[in-house]
Amino acid sequence: MKIEKEQDVIPFRNRVKEYAVKIGMSLVNQTKLITAASELVRNMLKYAGGGTALIEVVSDNRNSGIRLLFEDRGPGIKDVDLAMKDGYSTGKSLGLGLPGARRLVNEFDIKSKPGEGTIVSILKWKNG
Amino acid sequence: MDRIPILRMGKFLLVTIQIDLYDRLATNLESDLIQAVNKTEARGVLIDISALSIVDSFMGRILGNIGSMAKIMDAETVVVGMQPAVAITLIELGLELKGVHTALNVEKGMDLLKDRIGEEPEETEDDENSTE
Repeated sequence: MKIEKEQDVIPFRNRVKEYAVKIGMSLVNQTKLITAASELVRNMLKYAGGGTALIEVVSDNRNSGIRLLFEDRGPGIKDVDLAMKDGYSTGKSLGLGLPGARRLVNEFDIKSKPGEGTIVSILKWKNG
Repeated sequence: MDRIPILRMGKFLLVTIQIDLYDRLATNLESDLIQAVNKTEARGVLIDISALSIVDSFMGRILGNIGSMAKIMDAETVVVGMQPAVAITLIELGLELKGVHTALNVEKGMDLLKDRIGEEPEETEDDENSTE
């Protein structure tokens, strides 16, 4: 899905929810996943002016889950370690977006190059 | 432009958020509410978020802002009806909703507000109101 303006955030969240419901994810996990997604989409809009978000259903032998991939061609993050710290923000927000999102999901991966963009990938298992 | 309606009830303002807010709607609500507090000389603001399926850090900040601004304008803010899954997520996210009171439902929220501004609650049977 393309994310270009703030009105895209809610339809995107709804799509994530649809998939989460489809694989039978518990309500608490759904809420965590959607909240994390919301933080990341918001970051993408705020710092990169938009980007694309991909929703993917993944499964291994025992468990299924949802992977979300956020990709933007924004300015990138100079110091990813610093950006992952609680309370750090270059904007005026609370600085909870990235570290908070990481706490809400099972896997969190961020790659960023200054001047080229940022890719964030998160995974939330149905149970866990 | 869409707006969230603000209802006046005596000394209080009531807001029921029934849809997921996108950013501009949320910031509009913030400024509308503060102006309404000023205009109506309200002493309390009650925000019902029972229909919100998620509260992210942005929405949390808006709620916190409303609380702090209302406080400066001599009004208390209580947020009611938070879904359990939302509460779990908020805490893991690291958001504590400082500056606002919370109550389980609208009724308890109203009692809390009445308590706070030193007015007798109509029903005195339960005083399980949460405080800061």
